[in-house]
This record gives sequence, C-alpha cells and structure tokens, in this order.
Amino acid sequence: MRQDLRVFFVGGYLSYRALFNWMHPTHYIPTMLGAPVFQVLFFAYVGRFAQLRDDEFFVTGNAVQLSAMAGVYGMAMTIGGERWTQTLSPLMASPANRLPLFLGRSVPLIVNGFITSSFAFFVSWLLLDFDPAASQLPALAVVVAASAFACTSLGLVVGAIGLRARDVFFLANVVVFSLLLFCGVNIPLESLPGWMQAVGRSLPLTHGIEAAREIADGASLADVDHLVWTELGIGAAYAAVGYALFRLFEHEGRRRASLETI
Amino acid sequence: MTTLRLLWVGWRFYVKNLTLSGFFLLTSIVQPVIFASVAYFMFEAGARPGTLLYVALGAGMMGIWSSTLFGSGGAIQWQRWQGTLEYSIAVPPPLLLVIVPLTIATATIGLYSLTATLLWGWLFFDVPLDVANPLAFAVALPAAVIGLGLLGLVLASTFVLYRNANALSNLLEFPVWLVTGLLISLSLLPGWVAPISWVLAPTWGINALREAAIAGNPWPEIGMCLALGAVYLVIGHFALQHFERLARERATLAIA
Repeated sequence: MRQDLRVFFVGGYLSYRALFNWMHPTHYIPTMLGAPVFQVLFFAYVGRFAQLRDDEFFVTGNAVQLSAMAGVYGMAMTIGGERWTQTLSPLMASPANRLPLFLGRSVPLIVNGFITSSFAFFVSWLLLDFDPAASQLPALAVVVAASAFACTSLGLVVGAIGLRARDVFFLANVVVFSLLLFCGVNIPLESLPGWMQAVGRSLPLTHGIEAAREIADGASLADVDHLVWTELGIGAAYAAVGYALFRLFEHEGRRRASLETI
Repeated sequence: MTTLRLLWVGWRFYVKNLTLSGFFLLTSIVQPVIFASVAYFMFEAGARPGTLLYVALGAGMMGIWSSTLFGSGGAIQWQRWQGTLEYSIAVPPPLLLVIVPLTIATATIGLYSLTATLLWGWLFFDVPLDVANPLAFAVALPAAVIGLGLLGLVLASTFVLYRNANALSNLLEFPVWLVTGLLISLSLLPGWVAPISWVLAPTWGINALREAAIAGNPWPEIGMCLALGAVYLVIGHFALQHFERLARERATLAIA
C-alpha cells in the first residue's frame, strides 16, 4: 500500500517534471495562461457580434473548458512522451502497480487545469462583463475542480490509446476541439441537433459548464449538486475505461512488441 | 529566371511535403472545420441575420493563419531538427530564397481550410456559395496567400531567435483571429486595436475576399495585401541576415 502511494505521488510528480518541458515559464505562461485568456476573449467577442448571449455565458463556458487542455494534452504527452524518449518499455517492465502508476500522473494535470481555468476567470473578471459575487467563488472552484478531474479522465482514455496509436497528439487535438463543439461551451446546448446534445451529455464538461453557469447566475452548490455528481460520475467512468484500455493495450503491446513504435 | 525557378520548385516541394503531414492535416482541415461548425451554430442561434458566408470565409482564413503561424513560426527550427539548415545556408542562393517558398507554402496549405470550411458550410449549414465577383475573388485569394506567406517569413526569421518558438505560436493564434476581425467586426474592439489590425495581412486578406464575395470593391484591400507583403519581405530579409550572422559568429547554427 505504501509503495503504491509512493508510485502515485512521487511517480506522478517525477513524470510531470520529466516529461513536460513546457513547465519552464517561457513556455508555460504563453501556452497555459496567455493563449487560454485569448480564447475566452475571442469567443466573448464573437458572441457579442453574433448577438447570441452575454459575456458571462462565454467566460464560464470557455474558462471551464480550458481545464481540459492540461488534462487531455497532458495525459497524451504522458504516454507519447515516454514513447518519444524510449522509456516506455522500462516503465512497462517495472513491477509497479499500474493503477497508481497511471492515475498518479493525472493529479498534477488536474491541478494544472484548475490553475488555467482560474486564471481565465480572473482575467475575464478584469476585462469583460463578468462579475460573480465573491460568495459564489468557492462553489465555482468546486465545479472547476470536478470538470478538471473529468477532463483528465478523458485524457486517460486518450493517453491509453496512445499505447496503440502512432499519433496520439492528433487524437488529443481532435478531442479538445470537439469538446468546444459538443459540450455547450459557446453554443447553447439546446441549439445543437439532438444527436449532438446526446453526445455532449456523455462527455465531460457539459454538466460542469451547466453547473458553473447556474452558480454564476446565483445558484448555490447545493442547487447544482446533481450536475456536479454527474460530472464526477462521467469522469470516474472515463477513468475506468482509460485504465481498462491501458491494460489491454499494454498486453497487446507486449504481445506484438510494438510498445515503442513511433 | 533562376530565381523564379527556385521559388517555384521550392514552393511546389514544400506544398507536397506539408500535404503529407498529419499535423498540417489537423491545422488546415480538421481544426478549421470544427471551428467553422462552432461559428455556424453560434451565428445560427444568434440574432445577427445573413452572416453565414461571412463566417465561412472568416473560418477559412483562420485556418490559413494557423497553418502559416505554426508552419512558418517553426520553419527554421524544423530545418535544424531535420539537419537540413546547414545545407540551406551553405547553398549558393541567399537564405531568403530558400525560406520564402516554405513560408508561402505554409500559407498555401491554408487554402485547404478555406475550401473545407466553404464546402462544409454549403453541405451542412446551407451557406450560400454565390461569389459576386469571381475574377476579383480569384485574384484576392493568391494575394491573401502571398501576404500571409510573407508575414510568415517575418515569423520564421524572428521566432528563431526565441528558444520556445512553438510557445509563441500557441500564444498568437487566437489574438490574431481576434484583432484582424476574421469572425467579428473590428468596430467592436477598442480603438487602440485598429492600428495593430492594419499592419497584419489577414485583416486585408479577409476584407478582400469578403468584398469580392459580396460585390464590393476588393482592389484596395488586394493592393494592401501585396504592399504589406513587400514590407514583410524587407523586414524578413534583414532579420534573416541578422540571424545568419549571429549563427555564424556564435557557431550556433545546428544548436536547437
């Protein structure tokens, strides 16, 4: 048990430090803080021009969606990076329990997603018509944390596919962009065709964004707890699928000797 | 004649090369189609009437900018990683003539974006594809590509001095979409943004395409695209000279 906890925390931390060269401020600030803020500004202005909704709708949608960036890209890089540096085989040869090994890598990414979202909310408060009551902030933080967890779980699935697919970054990009389309980030969910709404409701973010919007409109955490639990449930389901795929593709990778095929 | 041949062969080679890249497939087709879909749904659900062709052209230009930004911004760095930078500098023609076809090719690849967003919009969102002035549109398109491609030259020759060039590329995608008015009217933005938009080729490129599409007068915008392209060429020339001199002095040409 103690060893598993060590793999979970220390292994996750070291993996994060080793694989993410963008942790350097010259890379982290433009990529994880600068670009996300401009995403919020861009869609807020497009929303104004299209006369669709007010700034709050776009700030909340995009700021919560930004938690997906670290989770999905990060988990894709976790596997892709090990492959690139040719360290995947030694890692797979280690006796470490796969569950803490895999899940431990997600914790820094959840924190990272939370920071990105929080920064986007903060800058939007400075620059746009977005002014939630201070008393709403803790509830908003809970929703963002739940969404960051759910998105990182989706990233686990993407990362697991990275054991098999050659270009996991392509997939990660498509997944992140698709979240923008399906999850009601910039489009009211009811404006989407029925099948897109159904897809959106089975993805992370949709319920988190809905909860965040209600909180920004004055609801309490208790009022939206069903949405938060749904978001957490979806996240747990994706984490389970990701872990199962990871074990399956690990087994297949050993059988076909294809673990480090780049 | 030799110069024209070099530009033509280089451009053709890089267009073929980039067409086979999964990354450019993503930035020039998949990403623009998804962003175009988001924009179509936003404008369909919004209260502003009659804007879908406006949106389709803007979304296509977003793709041209993305492929120029990521392709040109990392052009010299990629040559370093592939080990071809030394050869590119050692060959008899000036480095400028080796890099310009590459940066124009990255903008040319963006034409896939415009094609993809227009077809996607026509197929699934009933976007009307009636171009009022096809001749002007046919002229505006290469003018926009040349303008953006030469802006790419400036990116290629300046980003190389920055170690994390791809971080700069990540940063500059959304702001340029915003300040050049690809999906919005520039009048919505604060006044201080206007001068920034004037010195960026995408502003004039998208205006030229829209004017040609709706029977306006696109020729001043086409002229601005080409004039700005000439300015970018001069800036890029001196920036490349500076980079080449520094790399030779410090013996850092092959150091990534």
